[in-house]
Amino acid sequence: MSAPPSERVKPSPAGEEDLTRLRNADARRGRLVRGVMLAVALIYVSVLLLAPLAGIFIYALRSGLGTIGRTFSEPDVRHAFLLTFVIMAITVVVTTFFGVIVALVLARDRFPGKRLVSALVDLPLAVSPVVVGLMAVLLFGRGGWFEPFFASRGIQIMFALPAMILVTIFISIPFVIREVVPVLQELGMEEEQAAWTLGASRVQTFFRVTLRNIRWGLLYGIALSAARAIGEVGAVLIVSGTLTGKTETATLYILRAFDQYQDQQGYIVALTLATFSIVLLIGIETFKRRRTAEAD
Amino acid sequence: MADVVAIEQAAKRPEGRARPPSGAALRRWSLRGATFVYLGLFILLPVVAILQHGFGDGLTNLKAALDTFGAKAAIRLTLEMAALTAIINGIFGTLLAYVLVRIRFPGRDLLSTVVDLPFAVPTLVAGVMLVALYGPSSTVGGWFEARGIHIIFAPLGILLALLFVTLPLVVRSVQPVLLELDPAEEEAARVLGAGRWTTFRRVMFPALRPAIAAGCLLAFARSLGEFGAIVIVSGNRVNDTLTAPVFISQLLQPGHYGSTGGPDPAAAVSAVLFGLAFVLVLVTEKLVSLGKERS
Repeated sequence: MSAPPSERVKPSPAGEEDLTRLRNADARRGRLVRGVMLAVALIYVSVLLLAPLAGIFIYALRSGLGTIGRTFSEPDVRHAFLLTFVIMAITVVVTTFFGVIVALVLARDRFPGKRLVSALVDLPLAVSPVVVGLMAVLLFGRGGWFEPFFASRGIQIMFALPAMILVTIFISIPFVIREVVPVLQELGMEEEQAAWTLGASRVQTFFRVTLRNIRWGLLYGIALSAARAIGEVGAVLIVSGTLTGKTETATLYILRAFDQYQDQQGYIVALTLATFSIVLLIGIETFKRRRTAEAD
Repeated sequence: MADVVAIEQAAKRPEGRARPPSGAALRRWSLRGATFVYLGLFILLPVVAILQHGFGDGLTNLKAALDTFGAKAAIRLTLEMAALTAIINGIFGTLLAYVLVRIRFPGRDLLSTVVDLPFAVPTLVAGVMLVALYGPSSTVGGWFEARGIHIIFAPLGILLALLFVTLPLVVRSVQPVLLELDPAEEEAARVLGAGRWTTFRRVMFPALRPAIAAGCLLAFARSLGEFGAIVIVSGNRVNDTLTAPVFISQLLQPGHYGSTGGPDPAAAVSAVLFGLAFVLVLVTEKLVSLGKERS
């Protein structure tokens, strides 16, 4: 963007007419600058985000209904989607339940080392998914800290569902907490105190007052958490052992399809996930707007 | 009757606040306990494991990992790509935040939704999208290929993938600060004779600087660890398009690197990368809270 030359509003010697002309010229230039900025922003988003989205739609649908039908009747594909769904559901339940507790503690409790706990919550955002997978290997893999304990009881953690769920939970922990804490801090305690004073029990107060007040922020966090759980690939790849039809999630299926030059199936499964994530995105945006609307 | 007693007691407290019904201490400690156990088991313990394995023998594992064929090139490529991503999205992300906050136009809500697309779309699917659009067999990709511009299986593809994944991080970090900013200050600067560029440079930018820096650092940290968006796009050629996260995943594949592979060298490289990313995230938090204090 070229910088418009600085334009000084001239003092009285310039007549009233000159001033109006200057102002109009300035307003025109302002519109031009804004138009250029808007155009650049729209082009950037179109090229970077929308064009690839269109690309996958065209590629997946081009293969025709026959291939799409065949892909979805493949048992491996069905199992992959089922597994992704199970992992997402368990992850969402765990991160929501504990997330609300942690958020309550972080927003309302005071204790030494609270900052450290808060930093700990953000930590998964900084860790590469691959490193998360590695952590699970170090804890539960051969020679890992907990391997003897579970092996002696015949419980399979690595290369099985438990490890896949554990790494997905690790990665999804921050979302609910980060969305609920600010809402709780904004709200303060007045409504809860009023409820207690009026004789409501702690449990009643939580469900009728606290939960009601944080619901949009909470739903926003849950949607983000679900999106992250569905899309996880790096960590799951390392802990799953990628046993086709057993520990293969939808994302791992896509990875294998591209490895084995079955691009069409890969595109179709990827498009299905993309479609689902767009539905989630609409939920995310709705919850976010509601949350901001209520905060005002 | 117990309630009345409770209220009376509450009224007697110096701060005069109503207290939760009895057993509050027990409940507080059970909440605290659940928090510590949850975060301790799920987050702290794995991190300790990484550090212990990576640096249990001093720097031996790190040296072994760095001497592995292609390791240094992978780390350099990752740092370069992350830096480029942070700079480019720093500029365009700030522009987008400005457009979303300050310019009224039809479809603004839609643009805002589209900006969040990378939060919802699985990163691997983002990579698949880029291959579909820019792959050598597609129309667009073929056009670039014919002109000697390689996107897929080349650094440009990695950059596009990282730009895709990190764009909302910058926009969402700058946007709230911009919303708080009073346009009256800019108007004052304009009335006093400052040009548009001067107004931006001298009035808006100083106020936005912590938020922009925070967004860029987040984008950088995220780029250091990105795996899903890159793994399909980059082609993962050693010493060329192999990034550090993909390199770590290869160290963990049995037999891939013979004696130099395995969890311990992987842990060493991971600990370095992840330490860097975590420090960046902490700095970001600091910047955000500094920005809040200022406004």
